[in-house]
Amino acid sequence: MSNQINPGSQNAPQARQVNVFDLSMVDLIEMAKKLRRHIITMTATAGSGHPGGSLSSTDIVAALYFKVMRYNPLDPQWVDRDRFILSKGHAAPIVYAALAESGYFPVEELTTLRKFGSRLQGHTDRNFTPGVEMSAGSLGMGLSFGVGVALAGKLDYRDYCTYVLLSDGECEEGQTWEAVLSAAQYKLDNLVAIVDYNKIQLSGWVKDVMNLEPLNRKWQAFGWHAIDIDGHDLGQILAAIQEAQKIKTKPVVIIAHTIKGKGVSFMEGNVKFHGKVPTSEEVGRALRELE
Amino acid sequence: MTEVSTREAYGNTLVELGEENKGIIVLDADLSPSTMTCFFAQKFPHRFFNCGIQEQNMIGMAAGLAASGKTVFASTFAVFASCRCFDQLRMCLSQTGLNVKIVATHGGITVGEDGASHQAIEDLALYCALPGFTVIVPADAIETAEAVKAAANMHGPFYIRLSRSKTPLVYAEDYHFALGKAVTMQEGEDVAIMATGIMVAKALVASEVLAKQGINCRVINIHTLKPLDEEAIVKTASEMKGIVVAEEHLAHGGLGSRVAQVIAREKLVPMSFVNLKDRYALSGKAEELLQKYDLTAESIELAVKSVLEKK
Ligand SMILES: Cc1ncc(C[n+]2csc(CCOP(=O)(O)OP(=O)(O)O)c2C)c(N)n1
Repeated sequence: MSNQINPGSQNAPQARQVNVFDLSMVDLIEMAKKLRRHIITMTATAGSGHPGGSLSSTDIVAALYFKVMRYNPLDPQWVDRDRFILSKGHAAPIVYAALAESGYFPVEELTTLRKFGSRLQGHTDRNFTPGVEMSAGSLGMGLSFGVGVALAGKLDYRDYCTYVLLSDGECEEGQTWEAVLSAAQYKLDNLVAIVDYNKIQLSGWVKDVMNLEPLNRKWQAFGWHAIDIDGHDLGQILAAIQEAQKIKTKPVVIIAHTIKGKGVSFMEGNVKFHGKVPTSEEVGRALRELE
Repeated sequence: MTEVSTREAYGNTLVELGEENKGIIVLDADLSPSTMTCFFAQKFPHRFFNCGIQEQNMIGMAAGLAASGKTVFASTFAVFASCRCFDQLRMCLSQTGLNVKIVATHGGITVGEDGASHQAIEDLALYCALPGFTVIVPADAIETAEAVKAAANMHGPFYIRLSRSKTPLVYAEDYHFALGKAVTMQEGEDVAIMATGIMVAKALVASEVLAKQGINCRVINIHTLKPLDEEAIVKTASEMKGIVVAEEHLAHGGLGSRVAQVIAREKLVPMSFVNLKDRYALSGKAEELLQKYDLTAESIELAVKSVLEKK
C-alpha cells in the first residue's frame, strides 16, 4: 500500500491572485511598528496576555500578511487562500492585530481582547475569529494540523501554501517531532514552518530548560530544508520565504532568530514579559519607543 | 447466534463509503491490518495515510484535513485512540467540532491476551466527557456498518468503539439504525436491561433464562451513549420495577453513570450495574476474562434479581 501522496500540482486550478497587500519595505517596517503598538495596547487593556512572544513574532507575521500571503478578508474561507496557522496560541495578540489591520474585522475591536463576549479569545480560537485557521493554546499541536492542511492541498491539486508559526518551546514537545517526520514523509513542499527562536520560554532560557541545539541540523536530519535567519530583518524573512517557495519535494523550516519582547527596550530579552503585561507607565514608554 | 467481527464490518463499510464519496480520507497509526482499514488502503491508496505510531499527530492531521473539507476516518486501538491523544481530541476535535470520525477497534477487556496495557476500559468515559462528540458502541457487525455510514453522513466528531473478538449477530440484515435512539430488542414488563456493545447479546440470553423463571425483561440496546436517548430512559423508568445497565467498561463515566444521572434527575427506580469494578484486568482469553470479571449473562440475571429485591 502506498504511503505517498499524488505528485505535483500541474492540473491546479488557476488560483493565484494578487495579494491583498504588497507593501514596500518602508511601509512594511511601519506596519510592523503599528502591530507592535497594538500588542502593547491590547494586552495592557486586557490586563493579561503574552506580549513578549507576540513582539518576537511581529516581523514574521507582518511579512506574511502584508507582503507574502494571498487571502481575502471578505471571504475568510476562500479555498485557495494561503494558510497561516499559529501554533504558539498565546501569541494571539499579534495575529489579531494583523487580521484587524488587513481587514478581517475593525481595528477598534482589538481592545476587546480577553473580555467576556469578545470574538478575540485569550488564545486563538477558530470558532470565533474570522481569519483564524486553528484553535491553539496547548503547545505543540499546530504543525500536525498544518501537515493535514498541506496534505489536503496536495490531494486537491491546489497551490496554496501553508505557514505554521511555532515557538522554540514547542520544539520540546514530542508531537512537534512527529509532525516534522510526517511532513517529510509526505514530501510537503507546500508547507513552511517558521520557528520563532527567541531563546526564552516561560520559566527561563531554553538552553537552560531543555536545550534544542543544534536546531538547524535536527530539522535537516529529519528531512527538511532548514534556513537560519535574523527574524527581525524583513529582507531576510522575505528572502527565506522566497527560497522556501523554490524548494521542491521537501518541507522547509525557517529558524528565525528573534528577541523576545523585540521593539520595547525594557521588554527585550526579559523573561518577565512572557506572560505579564506592561503597567500604564510602561505602556507610555513602550508606545513612545514604537513611534 | 452467528458471530461476526465488527472491525471487519467496519473495513468493508469504509470501502463502500470510499466508492461513493471521494472526499473520504482514512488515517491509521500502524495498525491497519488489525483495524481493517487495510481494505480501504488497498482499494484507495491515495486516500489512505499510515501515520506511523503517532496518534497525537494523527489527530492533528485529521483536523487539518477536515478543516480543508475532507471527511476523515482515523483508526487505531481504543486504548491509544482515547488515552494517548486526549488533549489533541479535546483541542483539535471537541473544541473545533471538525468532521473527524474516530473508529477504534479492540475496545474493552475482550482484547484478551495482550493484557491491561491494551484493554481500553476508560475510553467511553473520556469520550463522553468531550463536548460535541457523538459516542457509539455498536452491538454487532450489522449495526457497525450502519453506524459507520451514519457517521459518514453527519457532520462533526464521532467516536465509534468496536471489538477485537467476533460478536454475535443480534440484528437482521434489514436493520435500520437511528442515531441517538435506543432500540427495544425485546419487550417485557418487570425489569429493563439497558446494554451496549457486546453486552446486548448477553442481555438477550439473560432475559431468555429469566423468562423461564417468570421474570420478564425489556432489553434495550443503547448504541448511542452520547447524545443519550433520555426520553426512552425516562419512559422505561416509569414503566419498570427497576433498571440494570450492562457495559464492558469501568463503573465510572460510561453508560451506567450516564443512565443513573438521568434516573436521579427524572424518575427514581432501583438500579443495578454490570460493569468493571475499579481495577484493571489481566491477560487471558476473552471468554475467560468475561467470566472472571463478571461480564456474563449470569451476572445480568443476578443483577435483575437484586433490583427486584430492592423494590
Ligand atoms: C502543552 C502546554 N504546556 C504548557 C503550557 C503553558 N505555557 C504557555 S506559554 C509557555 C512557554 C512559552 O515559551 P515558548 O513556547 O517558547 O513561546 P514564546 O517564547 O515564543 O512566547 C508555556 C509552558 C501550554 N500552553 N501548553
